[in-house]
Amino acid sequence: MTAIAPDRDTRDSHLAEVELQRHLSTTWGSASGVWGALSNVDHKVIGRRYIVTAFVFLALGGALSLAMRLQLSQPEARFIGPDRYNQIFTMHGTNMMFLFAVPVMEAMAVYLVPLMVGTRNIAFPRLNAFSYWMFLAGGILLWVAFAIDTGPDVGWFAYVPLAGPQYGTGKRADIWAQMITFTEISALAVSLELVVTIFKQRAPGMSLNRIPLFVWSMLVTSFLVILAMPAIMIASTSLILDRLVGTHFFNPAEGGDVLLWQHLFWFFGHPEVYIIFLPAVGMVSTIVATFTQRPVFGYLAMVMALITTGVLAFGLWVHHMFVAGLPRLGESFFTASSMAIALPAGLQIFCWLATIWWGRPIFKTPFLFVLGFIFTFVIGGMTGVMVASVPFDTQVHDTYFVVAHFHYVLVGGALFPLLGAIYYWFPKFTGRMMSERLGKWVFGLIVVGFNLTFFPMHILGLQGMPRRIYTYQPEMLWGGLNMFISLSVLILTAGFLLFFIDVVRSAFHGRPAGANPWRASTLEWATPSPPPCYNFQRVPVVSDSVPLWSDGEVLSVASGLRVDRRELLVTGVVDASPEARESSPGHSVWPFWTALATTIVLIWSIFTPWAVVWGAIPVAIALTGWFWPKGTPEDES
Amino acid sequence: MKPLILFCLVFPTILSGCSGSQSALDAHGVSAIHLKGLMAGFFWVCTFVWLLAILTLVYALMRSRLWEAPTQSDGRWTRIVVAGAVAATALVITVLTIASFYTTRAIDESGGDAITIVVKGEQWWWRIRYPNPDKSLEFETANEIHIPVGQDVRLELESADVIHSFWVPSLAGKQDLVPGRSNTLLIRAERPGIYRGQCAEFCGLQHSHMAIFIVADDAKSYAGWLASQQIDRTAAMDDEALAGQTVFLAKPCAACHTVRGTSASGTTGPDLTHVGSRRTIGAGLIETTRGSLAAWIADPQTLKPGNNMPMVPLTSDELRQVSRYMDNLK
Repeated sequence: MTAIAPDRDTRDSHLAEVELQRHLSTTWGSASGVWGALSNVDHKVIGRRYIVTAFVFLALGGALSLAMRLQLSQPEARFIGPDRYNQIFTMHGTNMMFLFAVPVMEAMAVYLVPLMVGTRNIAFPRLNAFSYWMFLAGGILLWVAFAIDTGPDVGWFAYVPLAGPQYGTGKRADIWAQMITFTEISALAVSLELVVTIFKQRAPGMSLNRIPLFVWSMLVTSFLVILAMPAIMIASTSLILDRLVGTHFFNPAEGGDVLLWQHLFWFFGHPEVYIIFLPAVGMVSTIVATFTQRPVFGYLAMVMALITTGVLAFGLWVHHMFVAGLPRLGESFFTASSMAIALPAGLQIFCWLATIWWGRPIFKTPFLFVLGFIFTFVIGGMTGVMVASVPFDTQVHDTYFVVAHFHYVLVGGALFPLLGAIYYWFPKFTGRMMSERLGKWVFGLIVVGFNLTFFPMHILGLQGMPRRIYTYQPEMLWGGLNMFISLSVLILTAGFLLFFIDVVRSAFHGRPAGANPWRASTLEWATPSPPPCYNFQRVPVVSDSVPLWSDGEVLSVASGLRVDRRELLVTGVVDASPEARESSPGHSVWPFWTALATTIVLIWSIFTPWAVVWGAIPVAIALTGWFWPKGTPEDES
Repeated sequence: MKPLILFCLVFPTILSGCSGSQSALDAHGVSAIHLKGLMAGFFWVCTFVWLLAILTLVYALMRSRLWEAPTQSDGRWTRIVVAGAVAATALVITVLTIASFYTTRAIDESGGDAITIVVKGEQWWWRIRYPNPDKSLEFETANEIHIPVGQDVRLELESADVIHSFWVPSLAGKQDLVPGRSNTLLIRAERPGIYRGQCAEFCGLQHSHMAIFIVADDAKSYAGWLASQQIDRTAAMDDEALAGQTVFLAKPCAACHTVRGTSASGTTGPDLTHVGSRRTIGAGLIETTRGSLAAWIADPQTLKPGNNMPMVPLTSDELRQVSRYMDNLK
């Protein structure tokens, strides 16, 4: 791997602490200024950008839901017309799924996974930078299109033929399909990085049975992304081809099939739910362990439950199509498989309950959000069992019952743990604590506001209110509950506003946190808060699954890595025994240029297929620049 | 807990059926009655399971505070309890799966002598055809289906453009209308009444205004309605209506609409032969009166923005006459 003679290396084993820090900071640090920002490949910097950007999209998507609640607060309201309303609910769903929920989970992992496995940077750090720029560009594309009244208006699922060339006129559906391309590129890139990081860069001794549960959940999630994204890639590309060059994949008049779209979309779309949910499960396990001060009960069972959920996730997609007219026998199979997901989900809940049972719970804000999660998510799980039943689903499919159900699952099941995780890891990100007092208010307002907002939607759905309607007639008797919901949203909104205020305030004025304020057990707490650019002074060595609890104040470390160039330790997949020293690419502005060139191709191709040909040239130039050896020590190795 | 308490108070009362004309809980069709039973079963089972989980959580949280409980875990017992809980979950979902399966079977059982009606979803209304081996007795109508009480009716569901979904919750669960495919839905009303439904699959701009009514009558009234629809016209017309007919035939109206017995034979829009006898116009948008007909004809785009009916310029006299004519088409 390295041709340089060992005696000329600068290794961390020879150096005293101050000298070591100086060397590492020089090697792993990045330039300042705009140029430095554009060329940074530090996973923590990129992870932080990702998280902040995703939360900006959360706020924007939340603003859209306020607009919808205004329009629906009374029958035949005329605040927003049907055209704008259809754009708004499409944007809300698309934005929340593709620009918030999936990216924010991956963002948390981009920041945390390398720290939790004890390495100095994520694998393929330049790809990581590229993925962030692609995500940002996709988000900007979607929102700029919406701002100039070209926002997609065909639902976040873009069913054909409504989204096809004949009925989806203009560029609106193209924008949607191309935004998918942006986010799938970035999600795939991050997933690959995470898989490689988790498999090959774990601290020595962190064998498979000692990986923190959050890291396990991200490993399973990453495989889900890698296996599910190709389906949506095929779907969105076929849609663009139908719209742009006149193919007939989805045109029944020419032998195409409209249900093909639904199969492809949901083959991705259902695993997507678990791509959002599994990271949250990992967060819950982490928080439960820390705030009961004991490892989560049933480590092996928890890991098996994660993997089982991941496998089952690919056998459920038809339950989104129970009323499309598929054969009844096949549908019964999907009822059984959809119900079966309750087993791994239940198992995890039981393990958490067992952990809490034997622990002495510490009621800090992150833990409160976990309690809110269990309370709310189990309701979503129960309605999930209901919609898994074919006959039950025929009455509630595409109604507000389903709107209630998936908000219980996604907000209760993923956003609550995420907010808990922000309160939990904020000290690590910034070195400062968030406010416990405000945190309890945030928790109360959000959990109460959420339940008041979404619970009545179950009833509306059973009373016959379909989804995606911009208004309803006064004789439908839905007005009272809708007004109640629209008012409850204000409580929920107040909670989120307070959360954002707390974040900003704490980032500047929060109490300094120290390295491990919660007395947690995992490696990210073994380094200062916020972590230095090289993460760990020396690579930690692990001898069980709770390294910071068992080793007390002193953590065993390994030495022998070079400090004059970016180098990290590669370890075995199963037992994490050291295998090699590998250099990690330094900062580069080329991922940014490549992302820019790719963005131009993708947006241009909405207008002409020739963009793919001519636009390939700048992409090729940018990629050449990316991989061109520049004489840095890392290049030479 | 607030919404839960609310729900517990409200749910049984809605289950007992007091809600509006379009509700899965106000079941009057044989399918909907089966489904309501299943839904009630699911509801109570799930509520019980949820309460069990939450009570366990609350107890687990309070345990170490209420008394000096041991926190040294008894691994073996915990494992047995967790395994038992998983086994119980498996049992519950097996029972629910089997219950679902048998409910589906019960709904799909049908007598072979069902009446067949073809329902075609269009942006944004429902084309209804009553097929008849005798072509002269076949007719089309829109947004209103009449059926006899207590008899199986087979709806053949098709789409002319995008995907729609046929859903009249008081009678049956929903079924999509998919372009290039034909689905069927079996309904049977157990009681006479008017049951409202609306499109349940997002189908574009006016998805919100795509309602349908099913009118379930006793056999005699149904036969009377059928006979009246099969003939071209029921009532004699006054002079104003006849003048309206002339305007209707001369203007672009006739290019899109059919009025049987006249030269108007367009098929883009709804068949208007008996438009005056239907309860609503614009797919459930407004009640059919002479005034609402005039308002609709004068400016369809304000009442239902984006729908496919253009505004046809008429003088006020012509508008009066045409609306009189429409109103006369009973």
